[in-house]
Amino acid sequence: MYSMEEQKIIKISPDEILAETVDLKNAGYRLVAISCVNKDGIELSYSFDKDYDFVHLRVNMDYDTEIESVSCFYQYAFLYENEIKELFGVKIKNITVDFNDNLYRISVKTPFNMKEEE
Amino acid sequence: MGKRTVIPFGPQHPVLPEPIHLDLVLEDEKVVEAIPQIGYIHRGLEKLVEKRDFKQYTYVAERICGICSFMHGMGYCMAVEGIMEIEVPERGKFLRTIWAEVSRIHSHLLWLGLTADAFGFESLFMHSWRLREEVLDLFEQTTGGRVIFSVCDIGGVRKDIDAEMLNTMVSVLTRMEKELRDLTDVFLNDMSVKHRTVGVGVLSKEKAQETGAVGPMARASGISVDMRTLGYAAYKHLQFEPITAEAGDSYARMEVRIGEVYQAIELIRQCVELIPEGDVITKIKGNPNGEHFIRLEQPRGEVIYYVKANGTSFLDRFRVRTPTFANVPALLETLKDCDLADVPILILTIDPCISCTER
Repeated sequence: MYSMEEQKIIKISPDEILAETVDLKNAGYRLVAISCVNKDGIELSYSFDKDYDFVHLRVNMDYDTEIESVSCFYQYAFLYENEIKELFGVKIKNITVDFNDNLYRISVKTPFNMKEEE
Repeated sequence: MGKRTVIPFGPQHPVLPEPIHLDLVLEDEKVVEAIPQIGYIHRGLEKLVEKRDFKQYTYVAERICGICSFMHGMGYCMAVEGIMEIEVPERGKFLRTIWAEVSRIHSHLLWLGLTADAFGFESLFMHSWRLREEVLDLFEQTTGGRVIFSVCDIGGVRKDIDAEMLNTMVSVLTRMEKELRDLTDVFLNDMSVKHRTVGVGVLSKEKAQETGAVGPMARASGISVDMRTLGYAAYKHLQFEPITAEAGDSYARMEVRIGEVYQAIELIRQCVELIPEGDVITKIKGNPNGEHFIRLEQPRGEVIYYVKANGTSFLDRFRVRTPTFANVPALLETLKDCDLADVPILILTIDPCISCTER
């Protein structure tokens, strides 16, 4: 078997992120990571785990859509969200600890825009 | 409430092997809050996936970090193998497991040395790193490299280890195990070491869960989570249990890592006994198309790799969430209410790898 873990990706809309996240939180899942793909729009993957059950919530949205932070349920999500907001330019609102694009001390202007470089 | 003072800690500090910055908010000698800033060694390695084809990128993935280099290469390869549905030969899986466990010994010995250095126990630091040198010699003998090995490839591994060398590895590690007992006895029983670690930086099980801690940081707080139990590579053939402790303090984190050094030696012994004959790599055809999440247990804890491919030789996205990134919130929690003098030890007890964190 080439992979030990089933790829469970659940597609949701940006509006559903809080409701779906709180359901997982109440079911005892921990937030493992938030990942972003910036190509033809924004694609966010929220990865959760409970007893080695690995689940991903997938949100596809355009560049202008604003999404709610999940840091109200998982306080430590603030690091993932600040990174994504700063480096990818994703509009995330209500992050509990918002670094306002100053988490990374880098001289290059952020967000990195893949499209402009192509 | 006393007068508050903000002390900048890092990016350059004798205890930091790599640069991270913390603003420490103090009331007298007590830390009230710590605010992190990163970015001093952000190299944009994830973005480089757009400029290197997916086979070349194996070499880039290895360079995310100099300690977990083998496992970064392995995790990346496993994610691509997941997309392409490539079955790695069993011997290749065992070799990956052996190198991964040698990496764990190397990483933990490095950490023990740095920790000893942080509390001023120089001879203990030197003995830890003397043993670590022998582990690096094993890497050199089996891969040709001491830090970057370039042995992991999509489909398996590029080099085999013959039976004679496998037995040599076991005998070196067995001899080392005896010397390790002397070394770890000092770490676990010496009064001055205990004075700096017992009851310092306690992270309760609940706080570890709340902050999303992973790896030895979580296991030292009583959370029995170890991604190796998923059975990737050859782990499904091996007998082991996650090593845990209950106290959640700096001593418990040290205890867990020391236990994992002995466990890694035992796992290598099991691998050498069970490794089958055969090929070590499967030839791959075509380009990957799809996406895959993989997670492994690095020495510092759970690591996530995500690869998204589009059917060309260039990937759309490679993402790695490293254990240090996940452990930063737990570090901030342990720093609350600690003494200023304990800050260096507490930063070290998460075994920080900033190269990994910033990529």
